[in-house]
Amino acid sequence: MIYLQLFFEFFKTGLFAIGGGLATLPFLQNISEKYGWFSSRELVDMIAVSESTPGPIGINMATYAGYKTANLPGAIIAVIGEVAPSIIIIVLIAHYYMKFNEHPKVAAAFYGVRPAVAGLIGAAGFEVAKVALFNINKYLSTKNVLDIFDVKSLLLFAFILISSNKYKKHPVLFLLAAAAIGIIFKY
Amino acid sequence: MKELWKLFVTFSRIGALTFGGGYAMLPMIQREIVEKNRWATEEEVMDYYAIGQCTPGIIAVNTATFIGFRQRGIPGAIAATMGMVFPSLIIISIIAMSFKEFQDIAIVRHAFGGIRVAVAALIANTVLKLLRGSVKDRLGIFIASLSFISVALFKLSPIFAVVASAALGIISKTVRKSEN
Repeated sequence: MIYLQLFFEFFKTGLFAIGGGLATLPFLQNISEKYGWFSSRELVDMIAVSESTPGPIGINMATYAGYKTANLPGAIIAVIGEVAPSIIIIVLIAHYYMKFNEHPKVAAAFYGVRPAVAGLIGAAGFEVAKVALFNINKYLSTKNVLDIFDVKSLLLFAFILISSNKYKKHPVLFLLAAAAIGIIFKY
Repeated sequence: MKELWKLFVTFSRIGALTFGGGYAMLPMIQREIVEKNRWATEEEVMDYYAIGQCTPGIIAVNTATFIGFRQRGIPGAIAATMGMVFPSLIIISIIAMSFKEFQDIAIVRHAFGGIRVAVAALIANTVLKLLRGSVKDRLGIFIASLSFISVALFKLSPIFAVVASAALGIISKTVRKSEN
């Protein structure tokens, strides 16, 4: 029963993805590897679409992933699965313990979790780089190590990385610039 | 019932009019929740945000749930959350539906070729920022590298890294306290 699986996987994502924004990405990658409901390339496109449309990025990605898996019912179930843990946890906190975030144990746990989130999103970024920057398939067919590197992509990567670091503009602007460069130089 | 509908509509508006969750949403929440509807004070909203960040799940959803619950209990929490995700469901479903028809057009293919590279760069930028902000000592370096390796190389579920790192954080703080 795919709906049940979908709900369960996104429930887990909502329960363990901490830190907002891209924090759900490593979980979605894990789902893609485990079930093949969507490819890693589709996942990269999902990030781009989710960053350039209104709404929380995590919810946008869950909608897209759910839709790819089982159309509109899939999208609805994925989103409900992802927000269900939030509703349960926040209701419990709001009801019993407002000072949750000031508890020393919570602070100590977060002291450990924050670097982990950086590492996890880094791992997710590694998978994205494989799709976006390197020609793994070309290398596998030619066995020429130089074929792994796609110079055009690496140049654009460096350009966007440096400029997004320097100019704190909205991500959509960088995505639009990259789209224009992609069209002009035939990426 | 009217109150629930109002929660739903208000959070739908917030969801539809803000790009990106997290702090990008804060000004909009302040205007709609604090100034227009007076459902919470500014300090309360900041508290909800602080809690939303250190609880699992999407920060914007956590904040919406909090405000909804304060207004109308569990039905309020559900109404606010459903409102927050409603625009995403509509907009993204329409895009996902029509994307298949566009993706084979050459111009779209090239555009997304460039966009994928930009996505990689934006994630790299996020990771750099997170590393600068969160890795403050050797334990931090250890946790960040081990989380990366466990998922990137060993394909473990990220759940392990989250649970283990939370435990490590608590253990190290407890040990340091007893040493002092």
